[in-house]
Parts: sequence; structure tokens; C-alpha cells
Amino acid sequence: MKISIASGKGGTGKTTLSTNLSAYLTEKSTVVLADLDVEEPNSGLFIQGKLVNTEDKYKMIPEWKEEACTLCGLCQEVCNFNAVIRLGTQIMVFPQLCHSCYACSELCQSSSLPMISQKIGQISHYKRGKLDFVESRLDVGEEQAVPLISQTIKYIDQHFSQTRFKIFDAPPGTSCPVIEATKDSDFIILVTEPTPFGLHDLKLAVETMRSLNKAFAVVINRYGIGNDEVLEYCQNEKIRLLAKIPNSRRIAELYSRGELVFNQIPEMAQALKDIEDYLLKLSAKVLS
Amino acid sequence: MKEIVVISGKGGTGKTSITAAFAVLAGSDIVLADCDVDAADMHLLMKPDFAQKETFYSGETARIIQNNCTSCGKCLEVCRFNAISIIHDQYIVNPLSCEGCGYCARVCPTETIVNEIPKIGEWYISKTRTQGTMVHAKLNIGADNSGKLVAKVKNEARQITENLGKEIILIDGSPGIGCPVVSSLSGASFVVLVTEPTVSGLHDLIRVCQLIKNFNLPAGCMINKSDINPQKSKEIMAFLNENNIPLITELPYNEQFSAAMTMGKTIVEIEDKQLSELIAKAWNTITNKYV
Repeated sequence: MKISIASGKGGTGKTTLSTNLSAYLTEKSTVVLADLDVEEPNSGLFIQGKLVNTEDKYKMIPEWKEEACTLCGLCQEVCNFNAVIRLGTQIMVFPQLCHSCYACSELCQSSSLPMISQKIGQISHYKRGKLDFVESRLDVGEEQAVPLISQTIKYIDQHFSQTRFKIFDAPPGTSCPVIEATKDSDFIILVTEPTPFGLHDLKLAVETMRSLNKAFAVVINRYGIGNDEVLEYCQNEKIRLLAKIPNSRRIAELYSRGELVFNQIPEMAQALKDIEDYLLKLSAKVLS
Repeated sequence: MKEIVVISGKGGTGKTSITAAFAVLAGSDIVLADCDVDAADMHLLMKPDFAQKETFYSGETARIIQNNCTSCGKCLEVCRFNAISIIHDQYIVNPLSCEGCGYCARVCPTETIVNEIPKIGEWYISKTRTQGTMVHAKLNIGADNSGKLVAKVKNEARQITENLGKEIILIDGSPGIGCPVVSSLSGASFVVLVTEPTVSGLHDLIRVCQLIKNFNLPAGCMINKSDINPQKSKEIMAFLNENNIPLITELPYNEQFSAAMTMGKTIVEIEDKQLSELIAKAWNTITNKYV
């Protein structure tokens, strides 16, 4: 079963929940955690497992071969992303803008734009105890997260078909990277905080999950700050509240050092147990 | 005209709260631009009036006109994004998967595929509750092309700044290192990095610093919640030092940030002298020393 941990707003505790929940679940279940927040992957700072495999990941881009090119300009005309431009007697390719659609390459009459691979990031597979952890890291300077996210999910599909819980630490926001990370998940946990920013971005995240027809529930982090509006919103919208993690400077301090917190904070362990109970019931249903 | 861009790499470091506090301090001296268009929050603190509203169209999405389709399958064959599927013998485009490359329409022998330019969001020009001018936007759910909307917001802000004869645009950027961030950094005069002394804060700071180094942009850093891990704060300062990035200020961990937010205010407007003074000093340093 695939479970994405997402949030509209950044910094609400997505990574804290992903890492702690994954480690907690390994006591009873097989678990793989994948960090799909490829622009800023942080889960690895808390897992620190033993590296078992790395793979460079690529996207395909056209490369100009001057010899047979007639400079007809069709490549520039068909590229909707301004990634291929004819400048005088040169064809220039801008890899960052290329979406790898192959149109310029395959429509070129003289086959002057063969596709070649370009590295965009790296997947690293770690083990910590029983937990498998897969980190996906976009190279700085690459602007598109989506191709790397989809390849990471493919890696998970290939290597962990028998694993009970596949937990995805999703990127923040509601735009294309989040859609890519969550679109084939069975269940989504939305993490929020009880503040006006938290509520506003939770509403956007809920709207996103509803538009994707996803089953989802909410976890409130830093419960105790702000106000009750997130609680009221969940009640009014009949959204299941899975757990409340209390606001605690102690949790913030443990987090700041890269430590998992559930062994040291009983309230966190309780919240994780509540989530586990629900997920076990759900997975029995999904897997049957 | 100078552009001050506030970014953080990691979300939740206090970037928007601090930017809004700067905006309140600066009042009508500046033009404010919220370029964190995916889950924009600045309006919750600045209460803009949405006086002018424009729809933003960008990119393309393919649509198959059913009655002309001969089901030849060419579109499905060329699409690299699995955006075309056959449902009940009909070829259908899934708009969430379509990247808008236009390849399918180009190879369709009966010209039955049209490319439509989708509405991906809205942008606004507003007066804020503190009488400043603010340009902001709302990106639609699941929309592609957030970088283009960011560029639109920035260009409008530049135009207005010039028309009003102002000197400074204050820009709230987005988290991460991807296209919306790159877009908000283009043309920056000075970058304010907001971080926190956590393993993630430092990790993400290092990545955004690599990015701004690629663009050769001058930057300074603010460490928020600095007393939550003094050791990590020291590590951040050492990193800044090595990279010749000045430390603008350190702010202590303070739950008044959330309390202010709950009142729809910024930290400099509620009773917390220490924080207010630190932020006012930081704003002065940025505008007088660095910009």
C-alpha cells in the first residue's frame, strides 16, 4: 500500500512524520520510505542508514549534430518550451527547458537532433535496521522535479512489490511535483499546523486530493499553538483527524539535531500508534 | 530599482512572516510581490484588497475532438507522458498528465487534436492594510508553469514600482530550488536567506546557496529560532563565513510569531519589543548596507 505524506505549507512536519512513522511501523510491518521532496530531500538526515545502492537518473534531451542539418528551423517551430532555438547557422539546445517530448528529434528530416541522456539527479537506497529508505535528490541547477519523482516511484515499484507500507515524503505545495508524487498513492496523510497559514494551505491540499479522487486524512502537528480553526474545518468538512502531535520545544530540539523523536516523546509514540492502527485496518482492505 | 528576494530552501522557517514584517515596516516606500504562488500565504497577514484581478493563461493542453478522430493511434504512439488513453474505444487526453508539448496534434492526420491554453491561475494588484502596493497571485491546483506566473508577478511589480517612482521591490520567494525559485531569483539585487538551526535548515541552506552562487547573486542570511540548537547555529555561521555570506541577524525561538499570525498581524505589530527591534534593525541593515 502506498501512503503519501503531504502538506500544502512547507515546514509543518511532513518529514518528522514520515521518518518517525516509517521507523515505528517497521516493528510490525515491512516498510520502505521514499523521500520524493527531491528539491530539498531531508528524510535521510533522520534515517542515516547504510548505503546499499545508488543510481544516477537521467532525462533525455536532444543534441545537435551539425553535419546533416539543413537549418530548416522545424525543431524551433515544434518546440513548445523554447528549448531549441536556431541562431544564425547554429541550433542551440537549452536542457533546463526541455521536457523530453522527442518532437524535435523525431520530426527532424535530417536526423540531426538525436536524443541523449543527461543526469538530473540521483537515487540512493539505504537500510536502517528493518527499514528500507530511498532518497531521491535533484541536482542543483535542474529545475524540473517531475521526471526524477516518476523515476523514483518506478524504482520503488520494481524493488518493493511485496512491501506492506510504501511511505512517500511528498514535496510541499499543490503544483505538478505534488501531483506526480501522490497520483498513484492509495492513501494520503495531510500534515498541517493549527495556524492561519496552516489552515489556508490545508484547504488547498484538500482541494488537490479531492480533485485527484484520493482518500485522505489529516494530522495536526504543533497542536496547542494558534487556534481551533483547523479542528473546526476538519469537523465541518467531515475529514478524518488521524492524530494530534503536541507543540513541544523538546520535539523541535530533537528534530534540530536530526533525531527520531518517538522513543523519547510518549505523546508522539501514541500519535504514531493511532495512525498505525488505522493504516493496518486500511491495508487489510486495500490488499484484500 | 532594487529587488530584494527572500527565500529559504526549507519551508516553515518563517520566511513569509519575516517578509510581511519588513513590508509593514516599509509601508508605502516599497512594492511587495508575493512570488510564493503555490500555496501563497502573504495575503493572510497583509489583507490586500484584490482591487485589480487578471486571469493568467499559460502553456498548452491537448484535447481530442471526438467526431473527427479515426482512432489511428498516432497520438498515443508519440506521447511520452502517458497522457493519452483509450477509454470505451475513444482516445482521451488526461489534462493532469499532458505536458503541452503539442507533438500529438502535430502528427494527427485528421487535425483533430486542438491545443488549448489553460487558465493556470490569477494575479492581483492590491492595496494592503498598511497602504502599500502588493502584487500577488494564486496558482490553480496541480498547475504546471508556476515559474511563468512568478515571472508575471515580478514583471507587473517592476512596472508598478517604476510608475510609482519607488526604489524597492520586496519579494517573497518560494521554497525549494526548482523553476519557481529560479524564476523569483532572476533580476534580484540582493537575496535574503531565512534559515533555522536544524539539520534540515542547514542542508537546504547549502543547496540554495549553491543555486545563488550559480547566478552570482549577493546574499545575506537570517537565522530564525537560533536558540533552539546553538551548536547548529554555530555550524550555519561557519558555513556563511566560508562562503562570504554576511549574517544579518539571529532571531530567538518565539511563539509570538504564531500568536501574531493568528491575529492576522505581523510580529512587529504586537507587544514583543525584542523581536520587533531585531527585525527593524535587520531591515535597516538590508536596505542601507546591502542594497
